[in-house]
Amino acid sequence: MRYLVYILKRVVSLIPVLIGISFIVFFLIRLIPGDPAATLLGVHATPQAVKELREQMGLEDSLPSQYLTFLGHLLQGNLGYSYVYSSSVVDLITVSLPVTIWLLISGTVFTLLIAVPLAVLAAARRNGVVDNIIRAVPVVGLGMPAFWLGIMLILVFGLKLGWFPVAGYGTGVVDHLRGIVLPGITIALTLSPILIRSLRASMVDVLGSDYIVTAHSKGISTARVVLGHALRNAAVSSVTVLGVNIAYLTGSTLVVERVFSLPGIGQQMINSILGRDFPTVQGITLVFAIMVVVVNLLTDVTHAALDPRVKLA
Amino acid sequence: MSAATTIAPALPASGNRRRRRGRWNAPLVAGLILFGLIVACALCAPLLTSQDPLKQDLANAFLAPGAKGHLLGTDELGRDVLARLLYGARVDLRVGVLAVISPLILGSLIGLIAGWFGGWIDAVIGRIVDIVIAFPFLVLVIALVFAMGPGTTSIYTAITLVGWVAYCRIVRGQVLVAKEQEYAMAARASGLPTWRILLRHLLPNVVLQAVVFSMSDIVLTLLAIVTLGFLGLGVPPPTPDWGTMIQEGQQFILDKWYMSTIPGLAIIITGLALALIADGIVEKANQ
Repeated sequence: MRYLVYILKRVVSLIPVLIGISFIVFFLIRLIPGDPAATLLGVHATPQAVKELREQMGLEDSLPSQYLTFLGHLLQGNLGYSYVYSSSVVDLITVSLPVTIWLLISGTVFTLLIAVPLAVLAAARRNGVVDNIIRAVPVVGLGMPAFWLGIMLILVFGLKLGWFPVAGYGTGVVDHLRGIVLPGITIALTLSPILIRSLRASMVDVLGSDYIVTAHSKGISTARVVLGHALRNAAVSSVTVLGVNIAYLTGSTLVVERVFSLPGIGQQMINSILGRDFPTVQGITLVFAIMVVVVNLLTDVTHAALDPRVKLA
Repeated sequence: MSAATTIAPALPASGNRRRRRGRWNAPLVAGLILFGLIVACALCAPLLTSQDPLKQDLANAFLAPGAKGHLLGTDELGRDVLARLLYGARVDLRVGVLAVISPLILGSLIGLIAGWFGGWIDAVIGRIVDIVIAFPFLVLVIALVFAMGPGTTSIYTAITLVGWVAYCRIVRGQVLVAKEQEYAMAARASGLPTWRILLRHLLPNVVLQAVVFSMSDIVLTLLAIVTLGFLGLGVPPPTPDWGTMIQEGQQFILDKWYMSTIPGLAIIITGLALALIADGIVEKANQ
């Protein structure tokens, strides 16, 4: 019961943030230098067409009333209409969002597969050769652009070895799954250095605590102490780190989708930018922010469920 | 004290050496040397290559690295890759470093105000920070650059508008601690104007953590800038930029793998140098 109240309170506390997000997205269009309608229509637009678009966009109204109209549409699930794709923005997003969510899941799974074993290994062999290598390699990888890494993976595993498709998402579940392996690994390789660092640090902390010494002295095997006792506790604090970084990762899906030509919302955003399709850019920016807010909420809720020390007040 | 020196005369010397080692740790030295070399290469670009990074020569397009007169080959328009790499370093490093300074200043000042005044000012600023960090960094930067139009000014402005929040949080936290310290209370009690207390007394004491963070932030900013270039939203062509070079090379990746690989390596080496400097400074600050 207290847990449900906690979740409810967290959800309510999000409302001001969500309003703020809508505010920023609304103001994006005011940043266009000069008259947005004229800019959108290009240099060959007739004054009549500009005036019509201005009215259609509601630019003749005062700013506060424009915002309220925008917010009202938003609450009805209306993100506007894309003139470039002749389709509502919501429809465009509904088609491409699942691809991005699958990519996020794939990226998270591969990150865990890479980061957890390496962090455990490094912590268990603290200050050994393996530990030093595991700690040094991420420093090199820190400055590696995700898009470059993606191109290199395409070159090696897609073009030279032919194990995975070079681009696209194909049709059918099998193609989809094959299509998100390399993008997922790309994300994982850029994300895991941070997770390895934090998980290793908390593992080292936990391994030094009294109950681990007790477990050892009871004669439990090292493997069981490390995996059974220590990892479970170290994982709790890493959930938060992973959550924070999934927010960061959400942004990098944009680039990775571009490299692998995945038809997700990131790719859609770039195409809309290149096509100067403003309502779609606005809508996708909003969806990205909401995704981060949801992931943060899930992180907090999971953390509270896993760690009884979290105050549920 | 004199007893200590007579018992162990070697002590002061070894203490000295330890202090010197504290000032220059290995990652810091390695990072500074590497970064210095990169900056030197960028600054001396006209001395290192006689080629013009913008000059097209379609008759000599797609030359492989090692070709006569073109050490790293030429791109699809016959432009010299080495020259584009060196001149690209000038652009990317300048934009990267400058794009870190303004968020550092803006965020530190706002954090200073939030931490010092507290109350509703702090609450409002805290809310704004919450809202800005709800957007993935890259997404908001791209949307802002798009809205403001291409060009370096847009890139600086966008990164500043999104990047200040991290510095604000760091400095605010430091101010909350520092304002309870005696020197801050003494400054307040002596009736100095608030701006003077904030800028002359508090700021020098709280800014260190923010500056330390800015070092690792340069790496992320550099990545953001080359990513913008890769997406076609960066420094407008034909100005050479590493991200744009990688993007142009991607189309020819099967036969001309080096076209994307070489600028990528340049980014990684620069990122490594900056990461080493950041690690070294953190290590130094923790001593």
